[in-house]
Amino acid sequence: MKADHELDCVGLYCPMPIVKTAAKIKELKVGEVLEVIADDKGIKLDMPAWCQATGHECLGIEEEGKEFHVFVRKKHD
Amino acid sequence: MADKEKLTIVLLSGDLDRALAAFILATTGASMGMDVTMYFTFWGLNIIKKNDAPIGGKSLIEKMLNFINRGGAKRAKLSKLNMLGLGTYMMKGQMKKAGMPSLDEFIQMAHGLGVKMMPCSTTCGVMGGLAEEVFRPEVSSLAGAAFFLNEARQSKVTLFI
Repeated sequence: MKADHELDCVGLYCPMPIVKTAAKIKELKVGEVLEVIADDKGIKLDMPAWCQATGHECLGIEEEGKEFHVFVRKKHD
Repeated sequence: MADKEKLTIVLLSGDLDRALAAFILATTGASMGMDVTMYFTFWGLNIIKKNDAPIGGKSLIEKMLNFINRGGAKRAKLSKLNMLGLGTYMMKGQMKKAGMPSLDEFIQMAHGLGVKMMPCSTTCGVMGGLAEEVFRPEVSSLAGAAFFLNEARQSKVTLFI
């Protein structure tokens, strides 16, 4: 999947990937896609939940070894 | 998003583990777009005292209380396995290794995310006559039970830790 921005959260545990995603998404334009890379397994359920709560779209999660690449589309400002 | 959902957290405990749990949820809630208020009472007040707050008090008992409850996020100990501080020291080492922020950093982060932190006015009175000056700059005004209940009444989630 292609992304417009990338956020490296490897080595960080909950809640840091979510806190950083929330801050980063503000820098994106509506419609752009953010790729969050994390190795905390919690991200698999946390990011879809965060998207549900904030109204952004979780496009999918790709697993590469121990890393999770999560794609989030910004839906509103 | 329409009206922001509210999350209200009461922290009664002064233990490091419980305080971390409270701040993890507060910072996550704020990152999820929630309007977060934290309310500190009894031992929880120690968590938001300045790390270098002077030991004040009008009477001997107040001074004693303030001496025992030195407070400051850096002084918080684990509720279990403290082992005279060794367990807490080891846990802090593990947290650092895992790239997890310290309690002190969590408090600053919460403030940066717009989390409101309020000390309970009644317990400030009975826990050594605490004035607003003993609290960290991130802390906003003292509030009473009615204020908290009114917040909780409008909250989607209320937690008592």
